[in-house]
Amino acid sequence: MIITKQKNFDELLRMMDGQRSVFIVGCGECATTCRTGGEKEVAEMSLKLAENGKTVTGSVVINAPCLELDTRRVLRQNKNLVDKTEVILVLACGAGVQAVAEAVECSVYPGCDSLFLGNVFRHLYFYEKCSTCGECVIGSYGGICPVTRCSKSLLNGPCGGSVKGMCEVDNKKECIWIAIYDRMKKSNSLDKLAKVLPAKNHSAGTSPGRVINGV
Amino acid sequence: MGFREAFDKKDFVVTVEIPPPKGANVVPGIDIAEKILGRVDGVNVTDNQRGIMRMCPLAFSHLLKEMGHNPIMQVCTRDRNRLALQSDILGAGALGIENICIMTGDHPKLGDHPDAKPVFDIDSIQLIKVVRELENGISMAGKKLDGSPRFFVGGVMNPFFEPFELELIKLNKKMGAGAEFFQTQPFFDKESLERFVGQIKGIDTKFLVGISPLKSVKMVNFMNEKVLTRKIPENISKRIESAKDQTEEGVRIAAEFIKNIKDIVKGIHIMPIGIEQYLPYLLDEAEI
Ligand code: SF4
Ligand code: SF4
Repeated sequence: MIITKQKNFDELLRMMDGQRSVFIVGCGECATTCRTGGEKEVAEMSLKLAENGKTVTGSVVINAPCLELDTRRVLRQNKNLVDKTEVILVLACGAGVQAVAEAVECSVYPGCDSLFLGNVFRHLYFYEKCSTCGECVIGSYGGICPVTRCSKSLLNGPCGGSVKGMCEVDNKKECIWIAIYDRMKKSNSLDKLAKVLPAKNHSAGTSPGRVINGV
Repeated sequence: MGFREAFDKKDFVVTVEIPPPKGANVVPGIDIAEKILGRVDGVNVTDNQRGIMRMCPLAFSHLLKEMGHNPIMQVCTRDRNRLALQSDILGAGALGIENICIMTGDHPKLGDHPDAKPVFDIDSIQLIKVVRELENGISMAGKKLDGSPRFFVGGVMNPFFEPFELELIKLNKKMGAGAEFFQTQPFFDKESLERFVGQIKGIDTKFLVGISPLKSVKMVNFMNEKVLTRKIPENISKRIESAKDQTEEGVRIAAEFIKNIKDIVKGIHIMPIGIEQYLPYLLDEAEI
């Protein structure tokens, strides 16, 4: 799922400077799990904006704002309220914000920063393990992704800078190359690591992505 | 005598590191280089070392070459993609730079432009291979080149990396990709160095072991806390702490260490991080 964190409230106020009426859109999927844009967070945001002089015209939590047809439908159902509003604040990932922006004509602002495609380790613990690079290479690395989980995306071994098994860039994160080594050693496949592995094909992940499956 | 030749002709090979200036003023760096001309076999020119922006190593290597040094241009993969790396390396060849040392480079987050986009398009091993292909007249994309450069290509290694077997796998890959010499992270005690010499016995390549004079007790503490897996021995930090001039004492300790290990290694690579002006004194004291 897409991991988000709410933007600093002062930044939100700056974005809306000079605009008074706000409609809030939340997300029933990822942002609910992240506690950044579910029912509760939308209600809290309404209250906070009202306390800061904004008129909250209404709010809705869309099941998954990134499903564009659903988002259009829900916003149409709320047309009366949306039409009275200068701003829609979206508590969802950037994909959700854009789905909303394409469905309406007023100002649309992101209420969250989108961080990464994350695995849920347990409640509220999120880890990035795949960055959707377009060409999966983890078959060569014991099923562990160095593209995403090594801070330098190194494909042929560690940078040598790790201290006590932790990454030189952030000592709260493990050096994933040690995990790759351990795993491949256990499965007797270190010989796979001994080969010089080729450079990444970055053209496979060129943005913006566009896929129409089965057509 | 070229840097490559020094390995064949000399018993003890010495390289030092001089960073390009932080700015456009090359005079202080060139001044130091002049003072050690003829006394060292190569001068490493760092590439935005530790992610801190400086003049490009290509320009500074060229200036060193013109004054008669053997520059060893460092190339890291942090800041440039495969196009930029190859074109700079071709440029180095055209300017007569004969030696390059390839490494990954520290992450920009640790440097003075932490907001920069980290590139890391290819890694150090892939780049070593690419350089060897450029020498064969072929680009990384497999295109034929009009004229090809020649280099003495090296890499770096961390003798203290745990698990060491993983470091050895990487070293072997670098050798397989075409690296001919290696410069290591610094050693501060003979015991670790002797262990390392045992570990690399039988590996058919050229090692220059790292030496770093310690500038102050503050630096010792910083290295111990943030950088080194193997701590600097306490007697060294005590000596530096009680000295009248901590930097001079640090340089003397490094010089004594060099004299002490001359017979067990083929050569050294001196990294005087931030105290390059002490290089002539260090060479004097180490009798180089
Ligand atoms: S190699 Fe690419 S697709 Fe595979 S896990 Fe890593 S980032 Fe995701
Ligand atoms: S310390 Fe490990 S995870 Fe961090 S950049 Fe280096 S190799 Fe990658």
